[in-house]
Amino acid sequence: MKGVDMRLEILNKGYAFTTKLLFKIIRTVSGYPVPDAARIVFYRPEFYGTPMKKFTHRAMRGPSSWSVGDREMMAAYVSKINEFTFCIKAHNAVAAGAYRDKAKVEMVLTNLEAAPIGEPLRATLLMLGKLTREQTVNTNDMRALLGSGVSRAQIEDALAVCFAFNTTNRLADAFGFFVPSDEAMESGAKYLLMRGYK
Amino acid sequence: MKNIIKSTFDFEQLHKAVVSSILQGKGVTAKDQRQAAFENVNFQEPLKTLVDKVAKNAYKVTDSDIDAVKKSGFSEDQIFEFIICAAVGQASRQYANALAILTEVTPGNEGSGYAS
Repeated sequence: MKGVDMRLEILNKGYAFTTKLLFKIIRTVSGYPVPDAARIVFYRPEFYGTPMKKFTHRAMRGPSSWSVGDREMMAAYVSKINEFTFCIKAHNAVAAGAYRDKAKVEMVLTNLEAAPIGEPLRATLLMLGKLTREQTVNTNDMRALLGSGVSRAQIEDALAVCFAFNTTNRLADAFGFFVPSDEAMESGAKYLLMRGYK
Repeated sequence: MKNIIKSTFDFEQLHKAVVSSILQGKGVTAKDQRQAAFENVNFQEPLKTLVDKVAKNAYKVTDSDIDAVKKSGFSEDQIFEFIICAAVGQASRQYANALAILTEVTPGNEGSGYAS
């Protein structure tokens, strides 16, 4: 890793003038630099950032019978399976803010079996974990999930969250996102709770 | 039921928009090469290693992997596109697999299997 910079110089310095100005304003207002996960969607946004932001916002904040906290929990859990620290910390913080319960989120990430969450969410996280780890699930996995009381619509919503974060985790690792301090993460979490992923 | 259809439709359209943009939209890399990165096929070294790691073990990508691809003549913008196509490609295959299985076990709830 090359310090706090990403591996491609274009992702460190190649932004349009107005985007650089926006980054500067955010840094001044929040007290923290714009996290790399947010920066990369501003690089040539028409190629990837703009359509992906729409997908991610729909998955994380659009209509769903999963709460925002549940979906942030899924994002943190998928990131944990991918062993990607940036997204674990970021979405752990957002989920903790949404649930107003940091201990619950920590418990899910360290001991899912014993965590104080409902069976549908637990079973969903287990399926997402398998899909992320093994790239595939089978009919038994899916039948078991449906049998635990999760609806088809809920599974589709959860798979969309999983797609968004399986993509982002890969980019984070490949581009070399810098993992900010806990304080900076808390600041970013408040923003994501307030504004979403647009 | 109405919600199920609405949700599926949203995600189908939004996922297609991402894939279409990175594979068919304006880019600096030839479309067939972007498609190859998406599918993780048909590359020579050192690009082969980078694309394969992004798809299968992204945490193993190193500075040297990126430097080697740069030295082989690809620009940073091309590498940006290769990495995005490889990441979206692998995540899309997982997504398509799970949606297809979901459709298989919930007959009568017409699924589109759209991510395939």
